Amino acid sequence: MTTKQLALVIDLNVCVGCHACVTSCKSWNDGGAAGPLADQNPYGADPSGAFFNRVQTFEAGEFPATETVHFPKSCLHCEDPPCVPVCPTGASYKRAEDGIVLVDYDKCIGCKYCAWACPYGARELDEARQEMTKCTLCVDRIYDAKLPEAERKPACVMACPTSARIFGDVHDPQSEASIAIRERGGYALMPEWETRPANHYLPRRK
Amino acid sequence: MRPAWSVLLFTTLAGAGQGLFLALFAAQAQGELLQLGLAIAFALLAAGLVASFFHLGHPERAWRAAAMWRTSWLSREVIVLPAFMALVAAYAWTGVPWVGALGIALCFLLYVCTGMIYACLPFLQEWRTPLTLVNFTLLGFASGATLAAALAAALQPALARGYVFVALAAGAAAYLGRLASLWRNARLRPKSTLASATGIPQKPIVQISQGAMGGSFNTREFFHGRPREVVRAARWALLALVFPVPALLLLGGGEAVPALGAAFALQFAGLLAERWYFFAEAKHPQNLYYQAIA
Repeated sequence: MTTKQLALVIDLNVCVGCHACVTSCKSWNDGGAAGPLADQNPYGADPSGAFFNRVQTFEAGEFPATETVHFPKSCLHCEDPPCVPVCPTGASYKRAEDGIVLVDYDKCIGCKYCAWACPYGARELDEARQEMTKCTLCVDRIYDAKLPEAERKPACVMACPTSARIFGDVHDPQSEASIAIRERGGYALMPEWETRPANHYLPRRK
Repeated sequence: MRPAWSVLLFTTLAGAGQGLFLALFAAQAQGELLQLGLAIAFALLAAGLVASFFHLGHPERAWRAAAMWRTSWLSREVIVLPAFMALVAAYAWTGVPWVGALGIALCFLLYVCTGMIYACLPFLQEWRTPLTLVNFTLLGFASGATLAAALAAALQPALARGYVFVALAAGAAAYLGRLASLWRNARLRPKSTLASATGIPQKPIVQISQGAMGGSFNTREFFHGRPREVVRAARWALLALVFPVPALLLLGGGEAVPALGAAFALQFAGLLAERWYFFAEAKHPQNLYYQAIA
């Protein structure tokens, strides 16, 4: 494990479910290099649209000891991504240099097979563009030399008011992300499918 | 999963076309039966190919789909289908036996590619079984053999009896295979749960919100969205029409063209119901994340 693997570590202790990461993600990716990211009927009775990041809410435990858990969910940038080998055109790929899983939109034929092959439902078809879209880890932000160094982070990380999102290289044992995973019991989602997600979640401490 | 008509039509039409080619070559059909049969097989494959384009968001980029044959069964299918069609045409044109034999090889390879597109996805547990490959192959062959019987009754009655027998045997085998997968899938336990999907240790876990008030790609693509009655009707249609009803027509039709033609039409309708149910019964683990709107 020498090459870089960029990822997010999400702290379920402090996520308050404010959806700032959702809106900042949508805003950045609707206008950035990856956009547009279309909505259908956004102000109507039955709105729909593509998002790279969603915050879901779960209730866990037996009353009265129930907990409300806000759960941000986006592409996990798996180390062994099942969505990549199934793509017939090579539009879906994992970058060797930093492990980000991306879609080359110009090559995407919109067959949706990669979405079938993702157990997490991380990919969403842009219905207007008819191309598969997904979290890019803001690849068009994090290497942008025109931005101040402190802002070369994904939009969701910048927006989070409680610092529930840690961005970093999980292959570098000294990174903040790796330390958080190591010291606070960071875990991966659906380990049963052996996709080895790069993104991790920090469990709630009592 | 949501059954898409483009894919239902592609897999059933191409499957029947492949089955017809197998039936014609295996019986060494000659003359008008061979020529018309190969033309129909080619037309079925072409119709399937056209249907498959309707599945794509960008059909004009479809040529790119041949690129990743080293890793993608879909890419392999995209290569094998036109190659097989070319061999069907070449065999019709030349009648050279080795061209036909090569066509048989690609015909089986195409069944494998189509089946593996579904069987290779580990977490779609209903599809992740060798029975998926067996069923795509046998169901396709059975429908092709029934069509061959109808064509033979019209053009070369001496062969009709043999084809009726083959269609019955293939249909029975296909039906047994499909019953086996229905039996297996009814007993599956989902490997993923909300506990593994979220990692939240407390039990029980209930989703309160999926993060959006409206629908999304995730709420459309992975759910069939039909009431339970429709699913049940599709299951009954598949149980009745894939084999029992066509078998009665094959057995009692006196090798007459209308009875055998009806047998094929009903069996094909049964295969559409079968394919619809194949998708509808497959439960994608991402659905765990999309259970509550509010």
